[in-house]
Amino acid sequence: MCAGALTAVTSVASAIGVGAYDVAIAGGVEHMGRHPMGEGADPNPRLLAERLVDPSALVMGQTAENLHDHFPAISKARCDEFSAVSQQRTQAAYDDGVIAPMLVPVATWSDEGYGLATRDEPPRPGTTKEALATLKTPFRPHGQVTAGNSAGLTDGATGCIIAAEDVAAELGLPVAMRLIGFAFAGVDPELVGAGPIPSTEKALARNGLRMDDIGAIEIHEAFAVQVLAFLDHFGIDADDSRVNPYGGAIAVGHPLAASGVRQMMHLAHRFAERPDTRYGLTAMCVGLGMGATVIWENPAYDGASA
Amino acid sequence: MTAEPELVTHAKLRMLEMADGRMALITLDNGADHRKPNTFGVGGISSIETAIDAALATDGIIALAITGKPYSFAAGADLTAIATLTSYDDALAVGAQGHRVFRKLQDSPVPTFAFLNGAALGGGLEIALHCHYRTISSGVPALALPECFLGLVPGWGGTQLLPRLIGIGAAARVIIENPLSQNRMLKGPQAFKLGIADAMFEPADFLEQSLAWAADVAADRTSVPRRPLDSEAEWNATIDAAREQVEARMHGAAPAPYRALDLLVAARTSSLDDGFAAEDAALAELIMSEELRASLYAFDLVRRRAKRPPHAPDRALARPVTKVGVVGAGLMASQLALLFAQRLEVPVVMTDVDEARLQTGLQSVRDQIGEQVGRGRYTVDQGNKLSALVSGSVDKAAFADADFVLEAVFEDLAVKARVFAELESIVSERCVLATNTSSLSVTDMAAALQHPERVVGFHFFNPVAVMPLLEIARTTATDDATYATAFAIGQKLKKTCVPVADAPAFVVNRLLTRLFGEVMRAIDEGADFEVADRALEPLGLPMSPLTLIGFTGTAVTLHVAESLAAAYPERFYVSPNLRRVVAAGKTSILTWVGGDPVVDPTVAALYERPDNTGIEGPEILRRASEALCDEVRRLLADGVVADVQDVDLCLLTGAGFPFHLGGIAPYLDRTGLSGIERLLPPGVASLP
Repeated sequence: MCAGALTAVTSVASAIGVGAYDVAIAGGVEHMGRHPMGEGADPNPRLLAERLVDPSALVMGQTAENLHDHFPAISKARCDEFSAVSQQRTQAAYDDGVIAPMLVPVATWSDEGYGLATRDEPPRPGTTKEALATLKTPFRPHGQVTAGNSAGLTDGATGCIIAAEDVAAELGLPVAMRLIGFAFAGVDPELVGAGPIPSTEKALARNGLRMDDIGAIEIHEAFAVQVLAFLDHFGIDADDSRVNPYGGAIAVGHPLAASGVRQMMHLAHRFAERPDTRYGLTAMCVGLGMGATVIWENPAYDGASA
Repeated sequence: MTAEPELVTHAKLRMLEMADGRMALITLDNGADHRKPNTFGVGGISSIETAIDAALATDGIIALAITGKPYSFAAGADLTAIATLTSYDDALAVGAQGHRVFRKLQDSPVPTFAFLNGAALGGGLEIALHCHYRTISSGVPALALPECFLGLVPGWGGTQLLPRLIGIGAAARVIIENPLSQNRMLKGPQAFKLGIADAMFEPADFLEQSLAWAADVAADRTSVPRRPLDSEAEWNATIDAAREQVEARMHGAAPAPYRALDLLVAARTSSLDDGFAAEDAALAELIMSEELRASLYAFDLVRRRAKRPPHAPDRALARPVTKVGVVGAGLMASQLALLFAQRLEVPVVMTDVDEARLQTGLQSVRDQIGEQVGRGRYTVDQGNKLSALVSGSVDKAAFADADFVLEAVFEDLAVKARVFAELESIVSERCVLATNTSSLSVTDMAAALQHPERVVGFHFFNPVAVMPLLEIARTTATDDATYATAFAIGQKLKKTCVPVADAPAFVVNRLLTRLFGEVMRAIDEGADFEVADRALEPLGLPMSPLTLIGFTGTAVTLHVAESLAAAYPERFYVSPNLRRVVAAGKTSILTWVGGDPVVDPTVAALYERPDNTGIEGPEILRRASEALCDEVRRLLADGVVADVQDVDLCLLTGAGFPFHLGGIAPYLDRTGLSGIERLLPPGVASLP
């Protein structure tokens, strides 16, 4: 599911918090080619029979269209522009050598024989908002959500090590981030993309922080409209340098259960680059009506104000 | 052999972008799953050549690597194609094509690598040996040069490259000793330890690790030491020892291992040109030999006919078997009880009239299980499960709910018939009654029963765990469901099940008794013991007649001979001297002195016969072979088996007859013993 890796992280971190584990590996793997999507899904019949959710809640692209209805200020043009920027940022990150160290080469098998995957397949460098404007809107006639302003379908796997702070010190583990706190929040399933808004509010409040304290934001790019809803809510510009500096799922794709740790890797890199940044967050929406947010502290923080 | 179209192994070339630059990767893939491994025919080798040429023509590649499709590297030359070659020149071309193409990997200006990701056999291993470096997966199930097992030599560089790479001692083991030891193969870690591969990685990320390692080697970040050539003295000593082994086993009966030895001798000083040319010549000669054609026929029998017997009963008629009974608790019975428990995983009850013997039998089963747990074949829990499945009782009432009861009691018709009668009063109407008799009439055993249609012969070979053959004998009364049930059990036991008609001693014992009877007769007529015992050496059988008699026991040998002589007095010979030996309580004619068999002088003293009458080995061999040929024809004429292929399969899997005899029919045909009316058409197991 969407927050698989993120939930694995919060789950083992909680267990470490109560002293049940010392060190754990958290991560996730998703084969989107095998994942039931839309018509392939087999939901609990109560969901529809008892009208627990709107039928559109089961089709993520339709929930994204619903978000446009809910936030009329977010236009397709803004979404396409944000998506083009995501592609450009990912390409720049590849060019700058930011991404390669995060990847493990994986052998691939096909009719052409063995190959070696050393980079993500989905990114489309050179994508322009003009080209995006021409794409079809499969979820609604004359709608606003396209393949270009959504996360692509791809396979992926991620993993990270979560350790108690004293154990990490004892073992001499290189600490990339410190988990400060996290929160989950429920929203209407047909507006799932809004989920990160209440979960982030909640996580900030519970940890005595405000958005102004957050120097690096990894907001999941399930759909550009969902990102913009989040940014608009917190009054952050779409081109703010704190937001997804290396691009996100619109460029690299969204293998559901793997994405949470992929966001963490981006954030960890950002922390290492920016010792003036103290706090960061990773946030994502969770299909069928939740948002999840984790707040992290930069161990390299040098006390200088950003 | 009919020509089947080549399932072409395609060499699929891709360029991989690595941190250091481009690496060319060739994947060998015949498009089928791992159950049909990659093989090299003319089309496959040609595809490999095209891929190598294209890779080496690409500017700036840092290395060229070859790997296999998932779970299979390559299993060597396409044998079905080899069996259809009709001329020496065509055979010569097979070797030459492989050498010419594989050599491009050696001569490559960029480093070449083989990533052995799965089974690598014969030519599959040889292509890897031509590469500059090799990695191997720790999960590789089989790596070998099995050519000598089949009657060939490694003919694509193996004999010349392997001894230089891993030393002559290890190379002789891989090329000669292992193939002649039931075709033993190496697993990945063993091959790595021998130095066949330079690095070993886990299967899960084998290719990724191999590519990274290859990049390190190509960039000189990792170096691979090579051993110096072994000294001439060591080389010669190894070859001499290997030659002695080959001679002891083959007695010149088949040419392949001798040719392999010659090639290994030359490998130390020959240039690769000369060495490869010698391989081509040896390979071509062997391909055009009768022994090889017989071998390929035999290989096909044990691989295909054994698994899908053409005259097997309809599987759908088989009844489920949820409990098995074994009557008797002797050595054979305990082996059988264990086998049933292991393979069928149902309760197995042994009975014996004697409580002490029963306990000894049960203890023997538990000891065998314990020994296998100790060796790691089973976990402790699996061992507990097997032990719990096997129980014993002195009361045959324990068989009441059994679906299949096998008797393995003393070889006496009256005793066995009584056991069956007693069983019939206990078991259900549908219970199959089987006998492990080696030579008594199953029909007679069943005659007095209310339901003779439920009786079947189920004849194993000793040692049960090792010998694949199971002769499943049907009487004229046996019904289809009974026969199908017995067959299904035999196949679940993973035995080579051959359907036979109820006839004295079935196939293997009948043929061996007739064959060895001639040897016994010659001894009784005054032939030297040793001359007679060595007379069959040109056949290359696994054991001499007197050795086998020592193994089986003189009493059993005599019993089988008497049973057959009772049925066919004009053909089967019962040695009066053997009767004296048995009466004197001697179980063997030979005795072992310092590991060598010699005639037991106390046994020789029992013999009453003319003084050495000078009957020579060749005369004995002629008589024995003619007798064997006659008996094979009679087996077929009597309808004991449907096809001569069944006779051959029985001898291969029940008596360990060597592949180069093809069982026996190809040998009888090629030596002219079968006369004008051949047992097999020309070309089936012989040169066309």
